Amino acid sequence: MDSTLALAERRLLAPGGLATGDLDRVFSQLMGPSIDAADLYFQHSRSESWVLEEGIVKDGNHSIEQGVGVRAMSGEKTGFSYSDDIVLPQLLEASRAARAIAQGGAGQGRPLALATGRALYPAIDPVESLPNEEKIAVLREVDAYARARDPRVKQVVVSMSATLDTVLIAASDGTLAADVRPLVRLNVQVIVEQNGRREQGHSGGGGRYGYRQLLENGRAHAFAAEAVRQALVNLEAVDAPAGGMTVVLGPGWPGILLHEAIGHGLEGDFNRKGSSAFAGRIGERVAAKGVTVVDDGTLDGRRGSLNIDDEGTPTECTMLIEDGILRGYMQDKLNARLMGVKSTGNGRRESFAQLPMPRMTNTYMRGGDRDPQEIIASVKRGLYAVNFGGGQVDITNGKFTFSASEAYLIEDGKVTRPVKGATLIGNGPEALTRVSMIGNDMKLDEGVGVCGKDGQSVPVGVGQPTLRIDNMTVGGTAT
Amino acid sequence: MNQVARVADTSLQDSDRLANLAEDVIRRALAAGASQAEVSASIDTGLSVNVRLGEVETVEHTRDRGFGLTVYFGQRKGSASTADLQPDSIQATIEQACAIARYTEADAFSGLADASRMATQFPELDLYHPWDLDVEAAIALGIEVEQGGRAIDGITNSDGASVSAGQSISVYANSHGFVGRERGTRHGLSVALIAGDDEGMQRDYWYESVRDARRFGDAAAIGRKAAERTLARLGARRLSTRQAPVLFAPEVARSLIGHLIGAVSGGSLYRKASFLVDHAGKQILPEWFAIDERPHLKGGLASSAFDAEGTATADSALVTGGVLQRYILGSYSARKLGLQSTGNAGGVHNLIVSTGEDDFAGMLRRLGTGLLVTEAMGQGVSIITGDYSRGVSGFWVENGQIQFPVEEITIAANLRDLYANIVAVGNDVDHRSHVLTGSILVERMTIAGE
Repeated sequence: MDSTLALAERRLLAPGGLATGDLDRVFSQLMGPSIDAADLYFQHSRSESWVLEEGIVKDGNHSIEQGVGVRAMSGEKTGFSYSDDIVLPQLLEASRAARAIAQGGAGQGRPLALATGRALYPAIDPVESLPNEEKIAVLREVDAYARARDPRVKQVVVSMSATLDTVLIAASDGTLAADVRPLVRLNVQVIVEQNGRREQGHSGGGGRYGYRQLLENGRAHAFAAEAVRQALVNLEAVDAPAGGMTVVLGPGWPGILLHEAIGHGLEGDFNRKGSSAFAGRIGERVAAKGVTVVDDGTLDGRRGSLNIDDEGTPTECTMLIEDGILRGYMQDKLNARLMGVKSTGNGRRESFAQLPMPRMTNTYMRGGDRDPQEIIASVKRGLYAVNFGGGQVDITNGKFTFSASEAYLIEDGKVTRPVKGATLIGNGPEALTRVSMIGNDMKLDEGVGVCGKDGQSVPVGVGQPTLRIDNMTVGGTAT
Repeated sequence: MNQVARVADTSLQDSDRLANLAEDVIRRALAAGASQAEVSASIDTGLSVNVRLGEVETVEHTRDRGFGLTVYFGQRKGSASTADLQPDSIQATIEQACAIARYTEADAFSGLADASRMATQFPELDLYHPWDLDVEAAIALGIEVEQGGRAIDGITNSDGASVSAGQSISVYANSHGFVGRERGTRHGLSVALIAGDDEGMQRDYWYESVRDARRFGDAAAIGRKAAERTLARLGARRLSTRQAPVLFAPEVARSLIGHLIGAVSGGSLYRKASFLVDHAGKQILPEWFAIDERPHLKGGLASSAFDAEGTATADSALVTGGVLQRYILGSYSARKLGLQSTGNAGGVHNLIVSTGEDDFAGMLRRLGTGLLVTEAMGQGVSIITGDYSRGVSGFWVENGQIQFPVEEITIAANLRDLYANIVAVGNDVDHRSHVLTGSILVERMTIAGE
């Protein structure tokens, strides 16, 4: 007996007097001759957050959410209903509503069989991983540390949050799987002021573990120092240039480029529907030689990692682009079935109250062989962008944007003045063909990514080495 | 196909139940030692149907409940929420909120809004029009919307049409004895279509959003509008880097007002995280520019007699003669700034931007030669500095006539200059938002492209 499943049954099913055995009855209600597949997604989610601002811990919040989502699929049709009451009558009622998508008599799914689990993260409750007194002490200490870094620091906001998601998934294809998913995060935001000019800096990180691991190795201080450093750099920033130029992207979080420029365009649903600029292009060159991009949900403790996706499929390291050639899409079960391929373990949903769809986990580009200094030195005039706010993509025409929050001019091979945040814009299928140098410094981000699609948010990771991209458009004001 | 049985409207009973629960929880929180308490509770129900290429794709039945409690022990605050209204969960929520308040620290500015400011008048605002929509009718309507666009030559694919009916019941109550109840509905029709050519594909969409389904226009016309927008984008090119006047179409223009709202909201001001700190009473827009807040508009998308703290809302000017008249404040930020709440806890109600004489065609003539922006992408707006840089697509215009579609360009300016250099607002108001504005013409911005 898998201990994660036992824990999930105890937390999700037992309070409503249910056992895994009762789920067969629900499936007999759900399934029919014209139903291809059906699943149940039980979820219990507990989270807390603490916020320090102006030197005092002003706010704390605790929230609990639970329920079950019921889905029935027939061809390309999906019926969906959910209940926040996990008891048999509600489950049967939700099943009736979901299966109304297709007609038919009683049918049978396969008997449920437990998938063997793995543990990329501990099955702990991160909310309980540190006494409240210590959480408060950490917030105060980080605040004091940030303020002591520089007298120009005027405002500090430090926040800490933890979530524990417990999920149990049963599907008509026989899938029975459970996962206990901790997630913690620490954020520091500072505002600095000099001669009446105000600028801000942000930093933070986290992953799938408890607070103690988040606080190891002085990471909280490092976040505070980083936020202050960024804000002070921005105090000196001049107007950003406007127009096409060579851009060097720093390692780590700038991997948001990959997420926007190509990641979304390689999600199975858009490709099945033919609405992505990448549709039907498997096997074609979509990036320069040397560019290899994967989506990897199997990294230990990472924010975007999952033991199983939200359909019970174990996550994978999926090859998206190999040496510049498009190799594959990210799939959930519905789109995989309709495209005649296997799910890649990318079926994710924000909660039981929403439908799963193909989503990214941790998306990154593998390292190359160039020294990052050599890459910068190779640029006569360009932009060196090391931190970003967020990005957005239109997957149909491939246009993507992302907004720099820390960037510098490169003049004659040297990083010179910092410039104000500018938006970079490009075309997904084209941008990576202009990658001309790949650094040997591949780095994953600190664990802050939130990806939005169709109104659903999920935690993700990104990463990349230092990259040189020729001729990107930089949206500043200085012409 | 099985039909969902027609359900009787239980909104009044649900509203009673939420109000009773809220009052009971407040009593229990006070009994547990809290000096003040407030509760927000809601039940949202709905049906959402997506169709694609003439076939139903998803049918979703939604029923979301939310319950949030904030307690104050003196000036220490704690809050907790649950999506489950069972007695055990409610009890746990009360305990959690009180437990958190043991660890937070005294904040001299915290607490409920002033009792004397609680709303006492609750006019009928005409917000609640349930749409008795069954699944089959929703599917048929979705197909009609989509087909309206697919019938147009050049449309090659569809991202689907959606039909949604939604109703919301909510209660806000606090230990001043205030209990405010609201019922509202929001229904939508939308469609996204795709057209392809040798140079690639383009996608665009159109939608309507109303409180009363009888207000929907012709369903097929929504599809036609989406199709026209999609086809108009085919063959889009980039521009060379230049300075030019920019006309923001109404659906994008409201984001400019959104940035203004962000910059004059209490949270940005007391943190000094806004480029408009200390700008009340100052000229920030041209002399003819006005923005009024009208919280009691009948059927308005953000109409309400009270804000998220129970404070009465009232008609009020935000900008008159281009001068910022006030900030946008709830009780907390008002106390921090030494001012009074403006009844804006939780946000603005209906904002009306003064319009000029010109319709959209007239605004294009005023633009003369420049850029028409119909879509803006990305998050490149800093409220603290006012720096604005976003990716856009739209059309290049010469002598008031659209010449060709453009994309993969950015526009940039500082919002301070952008607001001061607004030339005109059109009367082509987009009514699908609680920020009601026509198109906005800006004298000059930097366009970055090839």
